[in-house]
Amino acid sequence: MANEAAAGVKLPIYMDNHATTRTDPRVLEAMLPYFSEIYGNAASRNHEFGWVAEQAVDTAREQIAKLIGATAKEIVITSGATESNNLALKGVAEMYHEKGNHIITQLTEHKCVLDTSKRLEKLGYKVTFLTPQKDGLISLDDLKAAMTDQTILVSIMTANNEIGVIQPIREIGKLCHEKGILFHTDAAQAAGKIPLDVIADNVDLMSLSAHKVYGPKGVGALYVRRRNPRVQLVSQMDGGGHERGMRSGTLNVPGIVGMGKAFELAGQEMAEESKRMLALRESLREQICGQLDEVYINGNMEHRLPGSLNISFAYVEGESLLMGINDIAVSSGSACTSATLEPSYVLKALGAGDELAHSSIRFGLGRFNTQAEVDYVANKVVDVVRRLRELSPLYEMHKDGVDLTKVKWQAEPAAH
Amino acid sequence: MAYSDKVLDHYTNPRNVGTMDKGSAEVGTGLVGAPECGDVMKLQIRVNPETNVIEDAKFKTFGCGSAIASSSLATEWVKGKTVDEALQIKNTDIVKELSLPPVKIHCSVLAEDAIRAAISDWKKKNG
Repeated sequence: MANEAAAGVKLPIYMDNHATTRTDPRVLEAMLPYFSEIYGNAASRNHEFGWVAEQAVDTAREQIAKLIGATAKEIVITSGATESNNLALKGVAEMYHEKGNHIITQLTEHKCVLDTSKRLEKLGYKVTFLTPQKDGLISLDDLKAAMTDQTILVSIMTANNEIGVIQPIREIGKLCHEKGILFHTDAAQAAGKIPLDVIADNVDLMSLSAHKVYGPKGVGALYVRRRNPRVQLVSQMDGGGHERGMRSGTLNVPGIVGMGKAFELAGQEMAEESKRMLALRESLREQICGQLDEVYINGNMEHRLPGSLNISFAYVEGESLLMGINDIAVSSGSACTSATLEPSYVLKALGAGDELAHSSIRFGLGRFNTQAEVDYVANKVVDVVRRLRELSPLYEMHKDGVDLTKVKWQAEPAAH
Repeated sequence: MAYSDKVLDHYTNPRNVGTMDKGSAEVGTGLVGAPECGDVMKLQIRVNPETNVIEDAKFKTFGCGSAIASSSLATEWVKGKTVDEALQIKNTDIVKELSLPPVKIHCSVLAEDAIRAAISDWKKKNG
């Protein structure tokens, strides 16, 4: 790490802000009193301790609602976007099962939407998993074609966690509303990064997370529309009837205060911050793509979160690349870095080909990244990719003019 | 994932990286794995026709750090061995030497396959 001082950066560098973000110090400061002197249960209606806690939760609910153009009464607090997505899909399916049994979603959703959908399939619901276009965007024609008179819910994420692609949620919502279908969107990655307005965007249910927006982990929310139409849910957590009966459980007051503060800051700083993120992202992209051949950007570049960049470095395997840049925190779509030993299902759904999925790196820029860090990361990535390509038989074959798609590969070795 | 020091060493300083003339009668080439599986190894040996001793070995690998280390180690081990001795190298020896975790055993299997494929190519040429 001798060049650390020279580069003017502190190592390791965190550039995995799609996974989680650092809690903003201003958020932490807002939360602290609620761990100590203000410790009441927000559901305690008969004493001062409870009232103060409830007041803090109400304020946070306003702050959360404001960022997405909702009202405070439409915000159901949860433990995070995974729970929100579970509640939205299962809660709607159970509530509206007499109206229909069909749900539409897409292959590039987060696992918690896909796996919830698969569970609903087992329970007898029919689920259509749409394949996005090559750039990651959903085709509105495909969506329209998939709708039937049995369709009760469409769940399409606002922005994707791996490739940052932003879906046309306003148009999707409009299509849904024309057909009387509810529209749910997982906005965990999008909230606080791009402007959202549940009314203009025709959203009926929206999942939100605090820790993706410089808030604390373990807290999130589900927006549930109250008017035109009034959305009803069957709660998936039984108990004391908190959150207007939609989600029982004592409220995580410090976490909720933190989420409120994080969302308030995001609303105030989004315009400026997104410009800064975009400039950093473009600098990273230009430096990498300008110095290396055979690099491919995954996902649409125009409809994309400002801090998001996903690149496949052909002929270099992702995990070996991560090993070489181990002073930089990023993610790879390589099978070797996943728990399932499968390459990124998101990139596969885009038809990228498994070999490019194995070679992908996701860069997630955030509030605390600097230009010096971007420069360091770009140089390091370029160096390591060049070194690994020297080692790569595929790069050599490519340079020799061999068409790798025509080679008869000896696939998985036989078991020994 | 934590890598053993030996894997890190081979990754950082891979031994015997390179390419030999695969048209030469003394050279055997093994190319195993597949890009869509995330692992491709090319291992080449140059065999002395008088003694059947592997006098040189080179590799190039597309794959994770453990795959790179397994093939790098394989080239070290085959050098100086006769062809028959090299065929005795087992993937389990590689697992042991590099302390590979269970999810990386396939890397060692691929390295053993690469040795066998290179020798079989050489035998075909000199059959």
